[in-house]
Amino acid sequence: MNDPQTTLSVLDSLNTLAGGLFLLTAFGIVTTRQAKATLTLFITQSLLLAASAFLLGLRHGSWHLYGVALVNVIAKPVLIPWILRRTVHEEVYTRREIDQVLNIPMSLLIALALAILAYFLTVPLQRAVAVEFRGSNVPIGFAGLFLGAYTLAVRREAVPLLIGLLAMENGAFFAGISLARTLPLLVELAIATDGLIIVFITAVLIRAVHQHIGTTEVGSLAQLKEQVAEEAPEEAVR
Amino acid sequence: MNVILLLALPLAAAVLSCLPWRRVASCVTLASSLAVLVASVQLAGQVVSTGPVVVIPKWIAVDGLSVLVLLLIAFVGATAAFFSWGYMSANSHEPRRLRLYYANYNLFIFSMLAIPVSMEPTLVWIVVELTTVCSALLVCFENTREALEAAWKYVVLSLMGAAVALLGFLVLFAAMQAAGGGTYTWDGLVAAAPTMPAVLLQTAFVLILVGLGTKVGLVPMHTWLPDAHSQAPSPVCALLSGVETTAVLYVILRLFPVLTAAPAAHAEVWAMVFGLVSVAVAAFLLLRVRDYKRMFAFSTVEHMGIILLAAGLGTSSAHYGALYQALNHTLTKSFCFFAAGATMLAVGTREIASVRGLIRTSPAAGASLLIGGLAIAGAPPFAVFLSEFSIFKAGLAGGRYLAMGLLGLFVAVGFFGIMLHVNRMVFGQSEAGETPTLRSRLPASCVATLCVAALFVIVLGLYLPEPLHQLLLLGGTALER
Repeated sequence: MNDPQTTLSVLDSLNTLAGGLFLLTAFGIVTTRQAKATLTLFITQSLLLAASAFLLGLRHGSWHLYGVALVNVIAKPVLIPWILRRTVHEEVYTRREIDQVLNIPMSLLIALALAILAYFLTVPLQRAVAVEFRGSNVPIGFAGLFLGAYTLAVRREAVPLLIGLLAMENGAFFAGISLARTLPLLVELAIATDGLIIVFITAVLIRAVHQHIGTTEVGSLAQLKEQVAEEAPEEAVR
Repeated sequence: MNVILLLALPLAAAVLSCLPWRRVASCVTLASSLAVLVASVQLAGQVVSTGPVVVIPKWIAVDGLSVLVLLLIAFVGATAAFFSWGYMSANSHEPRRLRLYYANYNLFIFSMLAIPVSMEPTLVWIVVELTTVCSALLVCFENTREALEAAWKYVVLSLMGAAVALLGFLVLFAAMQAAGGGTYTWDGLVAAAPTMPAVLLQTAFVLILVGLGTKVGLVPMHTWLPDAHSQAPSPVCALLSGVETTAVLYVILRLFPVLTAAPAAHAEVWAMVFGLVSVAVAAFLLLRVRDYKRMFAFSTVEHMGIILLAAGLGTSSAHYGALYQALNHTLTKSFCFFAAGATMLAVGTREIASVRGLIRTSPAAGASLLIGGLAIAGAPPFAVFLSEFSIFKAGLAGGRYLAMGLLGLFVAVGFFGIMLHVNRMVFGQSEAGETPTLRSRLPASCVATLCVAALFVIVLGLYLPEPLHQLLLLGGTALER
């Protein structure tokens, strides 16, 4: 194992493994019914993101990436669930989503199609960057972003929607740790702090929705729109 | 020094707004926003006379383009603070909620002021996301079912866009690295652009256009905008519609000089298509709105489309036109929302169909609504007409006959839509023939704000002061690298 070439290839394989598992959690977030399980999946996903950053850091000897890994380990699995539990009522987590917009096998098929699309979209990108930036991170990151967006389209409960948002950001980062490796750590820290503020504000909003409307099924809120002009007022204007 | 003051004042005001004494929050907010306005006018003078001001190299600086946006934010920040004074107390909220309002208001102003002064693209992304979280609680301030729904849509869609834009900025960073590095700032990007791989640049641009375009309200990502911009309290609407959209659009515009250096990316086609589609959809939706605040919100979508289209035309006169349009839109749209707020106070409803003969019920609100409607729809002699005309001229000179023809058609439809509703509301008569009763008199500060804002809207149509013209020219050159 002391052969540097072997070490590198082992690190690459491990990183690919982390990527594969990352993609699996993204699929899980689309389909899991219970809010609490979605949160667990998100935590796992963030840990896999941190693992990938750490492995890439080892691979390229980059301190920046160790920093990214550390920020991810602290902010996402620890602070985000803590903030959520402090602000959103416990009852919201135990809720099961009975009906999603699409049924689950259909959803999985579309999600699969999105993941394949992400792979093909990133082929030209991979060709344009230097060899050391290539790898499984970019297509998996794009797929993570797409699947997060898809989660937002099919789910109706507030907490899984928030998790979908955070999963999109995880996807962006998963591609980012390979593409933008030397981004200043200060920026990474600021982005992580920003993420915490987002979670806090969204959680406050979820609580307000729960208090004033009595449901957290925000996907079914649809009061505001341009009504069809069936009873459009046709008053004579002088 | 001025720049640091600009950022520190709203933050300090936000903290002071939480103090539990009566009227402290509104006084502090008023004082700080006036000081910010004075400081930004001074800064604009400095930039026009001596060139860009650098505060922290690579991170915080102000140049010709950004000082224009800064000025717009400061102006509407000040007028909206004045309007809030009367508007919020007329809507009797308990003192604790008022303090919350002002604290959030100042944080929102801070986050918006931070957009033009940040020079590092990822830092800009962070502050754009901050504007969303700082304004979310302002949008749902009324805590009604509709307001909460609007705030939820606003937050989810904006943050969804932000995640896409984040990936865009990271790809942009990768493009920079592929071009051999350099400092990751707006200027550094322009310098590195010719050697960047076109495919990375194009991917980054499309991701950022779609991501931030969500927050600007470009069609088809606009669905949240009319909800949020109609449910928030009127002074907040003036900020959201008047400057927040413009400030985020400014970030997209910042990429244009980078893209003209790399013509293979075809950015102008994307910009023109998104722009025209936004104008078209907004114009036809304007015909069937039933809520006058939603009407002004759709008009924002229309104007953002016009600005993006003008920027996509690519000639220097079109760039000038785009910035001129942004300036006029901000001043006029904030005035429109003040007028809408005054109408709300006077008649207590948002429905177009329930407001008839406003000019007889409340002359001040009726006259402002009429002036605002005419001005934003683009009737001469108001400034929006002049800037739209300059864009047409630039487009025709550049040989874009089809785009200009379509733009002309859609602007005309939009004009008709707005004037139809405004005319009925101001002069129309209800079926029963009686005029609606006045719910409450307009507070003095609201009337004063309306007068000041109307003065700017009217004067700018007749005369563009030389320093402002210089500033627009300076911004136009910044758009061209």
